Amino acid sequence: MKSDKWKPWALLAPSLTAVFLLLVIPVCFVVVYSFWLRAPSGGDIPAFQFGNYAKFFADFFYPSLVIRTLRVALETVVLCLVMGYIPAYFFYRTESKLKPFLMILIMLPFWISFIIRTLSWINILGDTGLINHVFIKAGVIDNPLPMLYNEGAVLMGLLQYLLPFMILNIYVSLEGIDKSLTEAAKSLGCTEWQAFKEVTLPLSLPGVSAGCLLVFVLTCGTYLPPMILGGPGNDMIANLIFKRIVGTLDWPFGSALSTILLALLGVIVYTYNRYLGINQIFKTLQ
Amino acid sequence: MKLTSGWTWIKIYTLLIYVWMFTPIVAVVLLSFNPQQFGSFPMEGFSFRWYAKLAGNATILGAFKNSLVLGSLTAVLTTAIGIPAAMAFVRYQFPGKETLNTLLLTPIMIPEVVLGVALLIFIRWLQQPKSFALLLIGHVVLTLPYVLLVVQARLVGIKKEYEEAAQTLGASPFQTFRSITFPLLAPAIFAGMLFSFTISFDDVTATLFWATAQNQTVPVKIFGMLRNSISPEINALGTVMIVLTVSIPLLAGYLSRRFARGNGA
Repeated sequence: MKSDKWKPWALLAPSLTAVFLLLVIPVCFVVVYSFWLRAPSGGDIPAFQFGNYAKFFADFFYPSLVIRTLRVALETVVLCLVMGYIPAYFFYRTESKLKPFLMILIMLPFWISFIIRTLSWINILGDTGLINHVFIKAGVIDNPLPMLYNEGAVLMGLLQYLLPFMILNIYVSLEGIDKSLTEAAKSLGCTEWQAFKEVTLPLSLPGVSAGCLLVFVLTCGTYLPPMILGGPGNDMIANLIFKRIVGTLDWPFGSALSTILLALLGVIVYTYNRYLGINQIFKTLQ
Repeated sequence: MKLTSGWTWIKIYTLLIYVWMFTPIVAVVLLSFNPQQFGSFPMEGFSFRWYAKLAGNATILGAFKNSLVLGSLTAVLTTAIGIPAAMAFVRYQFPGKETLNTLLLTPIMIPEVVLGVALLIFIRWLQQPKSFALLLIGHVVLTLPYVLLVVQARLVGIKKEYEEAAQTLGASPFQTFRSITFPLLAPAIFAGMLFSFTISFDDVTATLFWATAQNQTVPVKIFGMLRNSISPEINALGTVMIVLTVSIPLLAGYLSRRFARGNGA
């Protein structure tokens, strides 16, 4: 089959060209741009200087935004885990005929535009939203509780976006566990809970950690929930990038911010891959 | 399965998660039929008032047209370059295979914000204006990894032996492709196209960087409308989007099951 050697490369050529030309090179450009200067007139001057990075570290406002991003991402990961493990376990153990239907249902949010999922919380948390409406009707409160435009509302948006990723990652990992292992544990005298704790839980950890990484990375790169559901104090790093690039057209500084975000996530993903391997994530997305 | 009390709690917990997940979405749909001015609870009747208003709004119809054209072109282009790549990964052994596969999947792990910025800066360096073409190439990059994953998963199930048998029996390479490979590939192509269409149709994070007032997609339009605060019109537009993008994968799932049965596979 020597003559076939060129075939895979011919088949790959269009995709590789597209990714190289439209992703690899542009991302390199972002890094290059981050060293450029911004002219007072708004134009960009090619240069090699660290002014944009110095600006980032000169004012604690910018690093604090990164710290907030990491904190919110961590909160999202923990909450996704708490909210997601039990439903994933339910899918694994259930023998209900409804299982395929319930699985499709949990994936449905993937097919609904992120902007709609985000704004849908305004109908729930707003001053005239569902919760305030019910509470006022029931006489629990007289004036609407302010539930929008704070970190809690941002977390609701983030969780709704990311929970299906976590549930599916855990579920795929659980599904790979041989059920006879828990049976064996139980026949050796383990209680249901002990069998779960000693057998199922440890074996599901690859999915748990893959889900955590995916949720963390996706949270760090998103700006929609803080923008729509958050207040002035809830901006994350991606919001700042959006404002600098789309709002004030400060390309060099926007590029520096993007580079910092990319480097940060790069370190996290690299470390994860080094110790745990990243293929689990791609496996789940199939 | 033993119905321990623990299992009951697991069921209740899962149910609550579903309620939490779907209440906001159901609220969008319900409120879109509320004739009241402010688009909030309580429901005061049932009307198609806001849908009628949408249908009369030229910029929204324009955004719909843009989204449909963009999604369709993205689907065709992404699948055209993605299927051969997926075949290369599934069918052939070659040096650097794993690395290249990971490289083609990295766009998933790169934040969409950075993707948005990167392509915009590239275009700026090339001194090109933001255009429909920018949206199109952006969406191709955005959807390619997902198409690769989905199509690869489907391709694994198609055995090379069928093609080899056809060729042994005297079929030309073209005949083999037309009557063996293509029919077997069709469901994978179909799935890839629907997948990239939906992602393109729904995307907002990167698209907001690339869109202009002339080249708005529906999610970008919704974002613009939200500036004023939520309105029943937004809920109605959201409902139209939900119905469209949710019915597509459900229909696809149904069709691919029919396909599978028809092929006897």
